Amino acid sequence: MDLNNIQSYLLKEIADIDGKNLTGAYNIRSDSMSIGRQSTENIEIVSKTGVSGMDIFIKPNTVGESVHIPVVMTKSGLKEEVYNDFYIGDNADVEIVAGCGIDNCGSHDSEHDGIHRFYVGKNAKIKYVEKHFGSGEGTGKRILNPVTEVYMEEGSTCEMEMVQIKGVDDTERKTVAELKAGAKLIIRERLMTHNVQRALSDYVVSLNGDGANADVVSRGVARDDSYQRLDLKIVGNAACKGHTECDSIIMDNGNILAVPALEANNVDASLVHEAAIGKIAGDQIIKLMTLGLTESEAEEQIINGFLR
Amino acid sequence: MLQIKNLSFSVKDDSAGKEIIKDISLEIPDGKLIVITGPNGGGKSTLAKLIAGIEKPTSGQILFNGEDITDLSITERAKKGIAFAFQQPVKFKGIRVLDLIRLAAGRRLTTADACVYLSMVGLCAREYIDREVNSSLSGGELKRIEIATVLARKSMLTLFDEPEAGIDLWSFGNLIEVFRKQREEIADRSIMIISHQERILNIADQIVVLGSGVIEKQGDKDDILPELIGTPAAVKNCQGISEGV
Repeated sequence: MDLNNIQSYLLKEIADIDGKNLTGAYNIRSDSMSIGRQSTENIEIVSKTGVSGMDIFIKPNTVGESVHIPVVMTKSGLKEEVYNDFYIGDNADVEIVAGCGIDNCGSHDSEHDGIHRFYVGKNAKIKYVEKHFGSGEGTGKRILNPVTEVYMEEGSTCEMEMVQIKGVDDTERKTVAELKAGAKLIIRERLMTHNVQRALSDYVVSLNGDGANADVVSRGVARDDSYQRLDLKIVGNAACKGHTECDSIIMDNGNILAVPALEANNVDASLVHEAAIGKIAGDQIIKLMTLGLTESEAEEQIINGFLR
Repeated sequence: MLQIKNLSFSVKDDSAGKEIIKDISLEIPDGKLIVITGPNGGGKSTLAKLIAGIEKPTSGQILFNGEDITDLSITERAKKGIAFAFQQPVKFKGIRVLDLIRLAAGRRLTTADACVYLSMVGLCAREYIDREVNSSLSGGELKRIEIATVLARKSMLTLFDEPEAGIDLWSFGNLIEVFRKQREEIADRSIMIISHQERILNIADQIVVLGSGVIEKQGDKDDILPELIGTPAAVKNCQGISEGV
């Protein structure tokens, strides 16, 4: 696959791929076009008709395979809405790597709205990694509005790592999950905003079956004049366990609103939420300064660790 | 060599100033192990923080290898070769033991090299190297990791603030061994340990007794230690209070 410099740079940032090291199933989307696609015996990628996007079918019992579906945008003024549906067969155990990188050097806004739906079969396991990144010197905004829906069958496990690295001017993230008995959902979200960026992240996780378990942790850093709103809700409709945590570092003139919410509709639902917002602890900076780091180097290390 | 000249430090206590360190002068020669001891609240930790640059003195001077470092920042002092092991180790989120040891060493050590420092403080390196330095570690584990990071700095002057606090009995022997080795390995480097422990006092070259912000006693271990043993400072202080001194 031939990639230009910007494509290579963005793909490296969001999915750690260079176009040559790809294995398994993949689809690389650049400026609204698929520039490379591969299905495998167990994982089939099919274009949707009527709307932009793909259906990804993973056969039952597929173990140890991966799907990469990164998206890059390099043209200013592009706006797209993409629907990707994942059908994960029973007992499968796979890794799915998505992500979007926008480079906007122009004056028009670029926007990618990715709607991902996951239908996770019985006792299947998935690991989903999604990174969002923006670059470019243009005045046009880089906008990403992902919608993630996860429907989990009995005994399935889903581990999601969702990261907004930097450079995304505006994002409205919506994640909805519904878990049946014995299903387990682990979400680790990392958000960093700077300048005048805005990030809104909403979660509604419904635990509908006995033994369902969700652990949703969002860590954010709001620098400069940026704004973050984290709205994490867990609904317990069965004998289930849920934990949600918003943990934020506020810097400069940042602004953070954390709205954790719990709703229990069953006497055996056990739900916990934690929320904390604060600046970097002074003793952490002092400790790293005693190791020879400057104050700003210490801050960077603390933030990098926090967002790891 | 570290020279402290007429050092004083006060904090605002209501409207009046409270003097924590009162006109102290002290020298820590190269290649020596100095143990600072004395009653709680006597100013020991404050003295260490003044040397590391974490607190700024109200008056007086600190010289390191002949250079006046009184106005230098924590970072500048660290770069000149002063290391400080905190009494209460700091916890982080996301920073791993390996990261901290690498930052301390100032270079990208291999995992194997970093593990050496953990082994030195009696931790099974493989179990700890990738763990985060956070609340999932016990007080004793954090304390040993703190000491390991400071050892990785290989500094000219290392300050340990109550290294024995939170360390269990089994590890304590290890800790003494660490200081012994440090002594053997470092020809011209010096160590200052704040401690109440007789076993640590016993490996000192010199002992300084700090109480109420002033040096009450100072001298070679063989002269000072016998005086300290059997004359508990706390009892003396209590008598002082009851007598209204």
